[in-house]
Amino acid sequence: MIRVVIPMHLRTLAKVDGELLLDVSAPVTAERVIDVLEADYPVLRGAIREHASRKRRPWLRYFACEEDLSHLPPEQPLPEAVAQGREPFFVVGAIAGG
Amino acid sequence: MSTKGNGNRVRVLVGTRKGAFILESDGKRRDWNVAGPFFGGWEMYHVKGSPVNPDRIYASQTSGWFGQVIQRSDDGGKTWEAVGNEFAYDGVPGTHQWYDGTAHPWEFKRVWHLEPSLTEVDTVYAGVEDAAMFKSVDGGKTWAELSGLREHGTGSQWQPGAGGMGLHTILLDRSNPGRMFIAISAAGAFRTEDGGASWQAINKGLLSQYIPDPDAEVGHCVHRIAMHHARPQTLFMQKHWDVMRSDDGGSQWREVSGNLPTDFGFVIDVHAHEPETIYVVPIKSDSEHYPPDGKLRVYRSRTGGGEWEALTAGLPQEHCYVNVLREAMAVDSLDRCGIYFGTTGGQVYASADAGDTWLAIARDLPAVLSVEVQTLP
Repeated sequence: MIRVVIPMHLRTLAKVDGELLLDVSAPVTAERVIDVLEADYPVLRGAIREHASRKRRPWLRYFACEEDLSHLPPEQPLPEAVAQGREPFFVVGAIAGG
Repeated sequence: MSTKGNGNRVRVLVGTRKGAFILESDGKRRDWNVAGPFFGGWEMYHVKGSPVNPDRIYASQTSGWFGQVIQRSDDGGKTWEAVGNEFAYDGVPGTHQWYDGTAHPWEFKRVWHLEPSLTEVDTVYAGVEDAAMFKSVDGGKTWAELSGLREHGTGSQWQPGAGGMGLHTILLDRSNPGRMFIAISAAGAFRTEDGGASWQAINKGLLSQYIPDPDAEVGHCVHRIAMHHARPQTLFMQKHWDVMRSDDGGSQWREVSGNLPTDFGFVIDVHAHEPETIYVVPIKSDSEHYPPDGKLRVYRSRTGGGEWEALTAGLPQEHCYVNVLREAMAVDSLDRCGIYFGTTGGQVYASADAGDTWLAIARDLPAVLSVEVQTLP
């Protein structure tokens, strides 16, 4: 299972607490993780990726294993530690404003 | 003319920069129960109840990080359900003017205004930024653009105001189900007679310093339009500068700023039972955007504009430098009409006597974006 951490406001929107565990089939890419996340929690559609373009929203980033993975090519797998569930995949809101 | 209401309670729906609040009181409107914040930390651009079923409330929840959410309540705001948030322009939307006059692609940003139908509880209209109008007939689950507005032919000339290119006003005509009025900053006002399929720009008589052509069809920064339901031919407008009125459904406008200390402002509304009694909050501009002389004053005209009186009892008359944004005034329809407005300083003021005296019914909320009122049995 893939461990996923989403920002507090999205946890509230999805009515969940803590880490999410998602069943993502290989190859585990950021796009496939978000695909499963949106399928399991439809209220998050449009909140991480734009509806039409399916592009990551500009003020959100993807992190794992202390690396910014926001600009990985869509087909590139996430680190093995994420695919094996040892490290979580983070969706992080950019720090801006007050 | 009187259209007295028969309510006993009021529910005030407040949208702020950091959540929504619901304030309730009995008909005396002296003691208030404040509930919230709902959706804490999110910008709540607008919260409005259905005239068909007042327990059905729609809310626009938005964030620069996470985009748009539409929330719906079926129990008067106690519980909420996120419904549809996909606002897709019809076809390829093309471009409008950017601040510097260059062409800029249409991009959906947020919902500024939600207007529930007067007759169908599951029908609701949404005014959005970049300016367009959407309609849902399933309680907000799915949305379809009324693209005749954006494709009016002048869309490429529309330009954002300082706050964005938002469609912020939607007025429904009780006497004519096909007729609606909308306003966009900074395109102007438009009217449809066929339920939104086609639209006519209604900006004749508006003059804007920054538009050299006195007959410009669009481009005016209309801040708000108001209408009394018993007189749908008469419209009142607070424009970027100038308070205006029309007596022919917007076909021609004339200025009624009269003796106002400044004719800049954002809000305008009409007394629930007196169609010629209107309210504005003059604001100093262009750069300051706070009340003149640090005095928060509502101005009332009982003559449909032209002659105005300052209403100050209960409002701060020194050191007040808040703003009152375009969605932030509403009226109830109790026998003695109540007037409400919210400020960027987080105060919500109410008057239970048509503006003669005011009471702060909430004082330290986040900056208020919108105020709506429901008159309940």
